[in-house]
Amino acid sequence: MKPLITLSGLHKSFGDVEVLKGIEAEIGEGEFFSLLGPSGCGKTTLLRIIAGFETPTSGVLSIDGRDMSTVPANKRPTNMVFQSYAVFPHLSVAQNVGFGLRRSELSKVEKAKKIEEALGMVGLAGLGGRAAHALSGGQRQRVALARALILEPKVLLLDEPLSALDKKLREQMQSELRRLQRQVGITFILVTHDQEEALIMSDRIAVMFDGQIAQLAPPQELYRRPVSRRVGDFIGVMNFLPAEARLEEGRDIAVEIAGLGRTVLEQEQCPAGFVNGRGAVGVRPESLSVLFDGEQARGEVAEGEVAEVIYYGDMTYYEIALPGAPERLTVSMKNRAGRPVLERGAAARLEWDASSLIYFPS
Amino acid sequence: MSGWLSKRGGWLGVYAVVYLVFLYAPIFLLPTFAFNDSTVIAFPLQGFTTEWFSGLSGVPALTGAVKTSLLIAVTSALLATTLGLCAARAGVRYRFPGKGPIMGLIMVPLVLPEIIVGVSLLVVIVSILGLPLSSWTVILGHTLICTPFAVAILNASYQSLDTSLEEAAIDLGETPVSTFRLITLPLIMPGIIASLLISFTISLDEFIIAFFLTGAEPTLPVYIWSQLRFPQKLPIVMALGTILVAASIVMLTLAEIMRRRGLKKAGKKDTGGFL
Repeated sequence: MKPLITLSGLHKSFGDVEVLKGIEAEIGEGEFFSLLGPSGCGKTTLLRIIAGFETPTSGVLSIDGRDMSTVPANKRPTNMVFQSYAVFPHLSVAQNVGFGLRRSELSKVEKAKKIEEALGMVGLAGLGGRAAHALSGGQRQRVALARALILEPKVLLLDEPLSALDKKLREQMQSELRRLQRQVGITFILVTHDQEEALIMSDRIAVMFDGQIAQLAPPQELYRRPVSRRVGDFIGVMNFLPAEARLEEGRDIAVEIAGLGRTVLEQEQCPAGFVNGRGAVGVRPESLSVLFDGEQARGEVAEGEVAEVIYYGDMTYYEIALPGAPERLTVSMKNRAGRPVLERGAAARLEWDASSLIYFPS
Repeated sequence: MSGWLSKRGGWLGVYAVVYLVFLYAPIFLLPTFAFNDSTVIAFPLQGFTTEWFSGLSGVPALTGAVKTSLLIAVTSALLATTLGLCAARAGVRYRFPGKGPIMGLIMVPLVLPEIIVGVSLLVVIVSILGLPLSSWTVILGHTLICTPFAVAILNASYQSLDTSLEEAAIDLGETPVSTFRLITLPLIMPGIIASLLISFTISLDEFIIAFFLTGAEPTLPVYIWSQLRFPQKLPIVMALGTILVAASIVMLTLAEIMRRRGLKKAGKKDTGGFL
């Protein structure tokens, strides 16, 4: 991966509030990169620094090997899709999409052709004559996309572009954005608070908390090997149980887990590092299963009780109370033909496997 | 509609009608006597005439006053709107120390008694600065009282303008100046026109400040006031007043139409007008 954007030691303060506390990252050419985090984590500020709308208090941003500190927003090789879309309400769709071409040397005919191409790319072919304020939310989003892409920027910045759309449209736009990114091959940087969206769309994700990058990894690694309890909790659902760990002879780690008992973990199951003593073990709901009558256990089994049943149609989520465990464990089970759904209060045999556990020292 | 509500509505309706009659009857007397064929302002009416209106054109002092008033009103409206545009942009778009008090002080002339403003300006201009009174001193006073109105209208325009529209234009390669011309100006234009019309109307009708600050050439309201000493000229004054009221209504209606058009253009909901 050839790095296109380099962020080094970026700090940003608004008055007394430090929003970015030393951001270090490299974003590759043609990469779909996401900045994921809860509101107020600094992800939008970081995006606006890359766009040139904010100036970092200290640190260096370079794009394509060029320091951006003296380059104003209108001269950067970046274009942005705004959260509110910022479609110019007094212009037509074609005038909006062609806005960035105003200063180009192309002839009128060439410009019109480019505009029609850009509209076709986002599925709005033939709608150039429409008034912008008469468009639906989804169409406005597409106009904003076409308007930013027509300039063929090196980087496309997307600030929560899908948050205003309803669920169906959002899912459709997610795969469409992904397809578009592969098609045009330019770097996309997406800001989102929706972990699912980030997982679906990105090549790599930077999870941000409190102005810092907590973990930067591809989706699978992020989901399977979160480097902190907080990241594990933010990405998807994770159960946590208190545990006590001790380094055994060799490289194995012996842990005593509340509710599950003793087991042995490998070093790589401690992505946050390891220290002897108290900590917590995390496990995803789909890594646990409930055994139904007559099913043979392949892993280890803990006996408990069904405390809550949440039926989703394709899935059933059980909350299982284990003796000795301070919190209930969430277990997700696929609903197959012939598989019963357990009642609340029923006895439950919980199957688990040591290899799916992650250990976090406290 | 339930019974008690409509009954209550009935009483409120009577109240509303009485209120409106009280408010507008004197204004309706103006055109009534302007077309009345008698120099005496009294009922019964003596018959219809347009003599007083045609008499208006034959008074050179009046034509002079109209010209002076128009000059003052246009200049004050332009100045107040320009200042208001700057103040509204500063107030809505930027953060700076002392912003609250500064924005508050700009709006104060809205509630300051005009006679106080008039007298203070007179003292400052004549005694302290030693300048002669002229149309320019009236323009100064009128700009002062019109600016808060301009700020209020343009504040609303700027607030309903999404900041990311301007950022998007910059992002697409425009400079701050061309962004203002291509995006900001067209989107707040209805507000600018509304501000111009309202400032123009306020300045045209204003009497107290003009009375104190006017030089050798009186404004229209000052001229009207001076004519009230001659009873035989009263019907002419009535005719003049009728024209002024009609002009004011036309102006304010235009301003409101502009404001609504602006909301529609920006795709915004109407949250109640300035008027």
